[in-house]
Amino acid sequence: MSWAGKILRVNLTQGTCTVEALNRQWAQEYLGQRGLATKYLSEEIDHRVDPLSPENKMIMTTGPLTGTMASTSGRYSVVTKGPLTNCVACSNSGGFFGAEMDFAGWDMFIFEGKSPKPVYLSVMNDIVELLSAEEIWGTSVWHTDEWLHAKHQDPMVRVAAVGRAAEAGCLYAAIVNDQHRAAGRSGVGTVMASKNLKAVLVRGTKGIDNVKDPAKFMNAVNAGKKVLADNAVTGQGLPTYGTQVLMNVINEIGALPTRNMREVQFEGAQSVSGEAMHEKRASDGKPNLTSNAGCFGCTIACGRISTVDKGHFSVENKPDYWGSSGGLEYEAAWALGPDTGVDDLDALTYTNFLCNEDGFDPITFGGTLAAAIELFNMGALTTEQTDGRELNFGSAETLVWAVEALVKGEGFGKDLGLGSKRLCEKYGHPELSMTVKGQEFPAYDPRGIQGMGLAYATSNRGACHLRGYTVASEVLGIPEKTDPLETEGKAGLVKAFQDATAAVDSSGLCLFSTFAWSLEDIAPQVDGACEGDWTAERMLELGERVWNMERDFNMRAGLTAADDTLPKRLLKEAAKTGPALGCVNDLDKMLPEYYELRGWTSDGVPTESTRQRLGLS
Amino acid sequence: MLRSLLIDADKCTGCVQCELACSFENEGVFNPSKSRIRVFTFHHEGRFVPYTCTQCAEAWCMQACPVDAIALDVNTGAKVVHDSVCVGCKVCTIACPFGTVNYSSVSGKVIKCDLCGGDPACAKACPTAAITYVDADQTGFEKMRAWAGKTDASSAASV
Repeated sequence: MSWAGKILRVNLTQGTCTVEALNRQWAQEYLGQRGLATKYLSEEIDHRVDPLSPENKMIMTTGPLTGTMASTSGRYSVVTKGPLTNCVACSNSGGFFGAEMDFAGWDMFIFEGKSPKPVYLSVMNDIVELLSAEEIWGTSVWHTDEWLHAKHQDPMVRVAAVGRAAEAGCLYAAIVNDQHRAAGRSGVGTVMASKNLKAVLVRGTKGIDNVKDPAKFMNAVNAGKKVLADNAVTGQGLPTYGTQVLMNVINEIGALPTRNMREVQFEGAQSVSGEAMHEKRASDGKPNLTSNAGCFGCTIACGRISTVDKGHFSVENKPDYWGSSGGLEYEAAWALGPDTGVDDLDALTYTNFLCNEDGFDPITFGGTLAAAIELFNMGALTTEQTDGRELNFGSAETLVWAVEALVKGEGFGKDLGLGSKRLCEKYGHPELSMTVKGQEFPAYDPRGIQGMGLAYATSNRGACHLRGYTVASEVLGIPEKTDPLETEGKAGLVKAFQDATAAVDSSGLCLFSTFAWSLEDIAPQVDGACEGDWTAERMLELGERVWNMERDFNMRAGLTAADDTLPKRLLKEAAKTGPALGCVNDLDKMLPEYYELRGWTSDGVPTESTRQRLGLS
Repeated sequence: MLRSLLIDADKCTGCVQCELACSFENEGVFNPSKSRIRVFTFHHEGRFVPYTCTQCAEAWCMQACPVDAIALDVNTGAKVVHDSVCVGCKVCTIACPFGTVNYSSVSGKVIKCDLCGGDPACAKACPTAAITYVDADQTGFEKMRAWAGKTDASSAASV
């Protein structure tokens, strides 16, 4: 049980909505969310499909624990083929939207085809309708959210929507729910807009009353909550500083990519850190941070709610941005800050507001702008292409101008919407794009954290910190400390993190719980809720199955082992300062062992015996 | 000793664990729509406020009920709806100035906080102690302590 047992299939070309029973056998093999929806996608589409064609499908999916009282159970994912990477895309989001899907009685919404006109999907328990979105097409996520709340006259509806970036074809557009939580990466929002689907609105009043063994489940839930509360990271660090607790830590170990990853330490890190968000500004005497916020069911509450100084140049005479909204998380703060060389906290916060308001990934945006600035510095880009603007590292004005240009989708804003890979190719310097499989790096330099180099190179959705976060072990010592500059043993470490993460992402829980929880804490919660016997071992094997299925998807989409690599900069240009001084990432020392541990050929293809062991057809 | 729910909104993160605990305890379902306590989000102020029945001594709902379906639980001080008597007329929902008594179209009765018989699930579930269950006569105690700590006398004493 605990799965709602129902899927809503929405054919946007025909304008039809049909109800299907969930495939229970697949649920036992892939659990939910990331695993189960990828199984559906992989079975239903041609892997070589153009991600922005009507033949691509997009799945919104919850996990079996989504909406229950298990801590961090507010997650849902969007699974599709991504336009930024041409790989399988799976973007996970918190907030309250996912739980509402479950309360309305649905495990998944599968969108196929393309609507002839802009529409939104309205789901009120069993009543589902495709309604006209012509009035809100061309408007922001925030406007769409407000408009739908007003139209439906119900403060409790939850909305996930795309903004103007997606409509303008920005290749890394996000789907934003609850105004400031995002299925952020790989361009899942671009896919949604390509289908003329503006928003999904959900209201559920049924709740979840089918956990397998309520007493057992609640025991496991309460034990899990206690572990989170007693842990220094999830009980103190994250609630106090959010993920931004990492800014100074990562800078100190010399792994904070700076100015398009040319350097590994940023002199202004302190000014844009989680600690700085608490400090009172000299200008107005108020801190950037207003409060911390929990997603649905989350007892960690790492979310940041922030306010920009009304007098700051970015919001001067713009009262719409004077209130509080979703503030800086670490990855966004890094991409918008150190990677562009900007140390102005309020400028970063405003830019982040715009990423939420119009739905696009701040990591890829920051990485793309950083590449553009480097292109400009070397003369490959001139003011002729940049609408007369000079692009400079360290310039908050450049950052704010660029984000507004992207939202408008005009002039150089169009170029910025390409992502750095296509931008750098367009201007003749593909080597300046700091990407894997077309997706920009997050905030950990693999010269200073070796395992992350392997995790990035082999990630199934391109460069990403959420597919195998060995930072936990290499920097924070979770579950045990490994040397960040050592390559030995990292192949096994990366594999273990990748498989466990895939399992957590398939459950409906948040990956951040794993700062404190192992699968030994999670499996009893799944077991209390879901039919079948769920142990940590079974979860880990399920994660490995999911990982190999994603690998298989990408191979069938045309990727090869040659795509499991890093930009030359990280393999050839040594770190200039800090503990990693003189280091490059030694990917070639780790990759062959990784393939072997995975049970893949030396070309990175899962062998027949591996496929059989994992039950992959 | 009578106890009452004490809400400190400054500590609330909006996680709605209280709503889930309430609906599960009282209805056997994880469903915020059936919770007697609700958390309100004031997005532009970055504030979250849990809100529920304060168990008024002279409860409007209890006085308004034409069939005496709402009665005092002498052990807890809670004003409790007795489903076998309630006719779903909703007069109590009009009488309550705070909106904390609500009608359920599923059961045809009204629902309100009954303090879970003296062991409120919401307070137990709250991860930040934004909701606590304390001596009803001392609900201001922690605030007094906080303010006391700010007085000159206190800082002088600590020198």
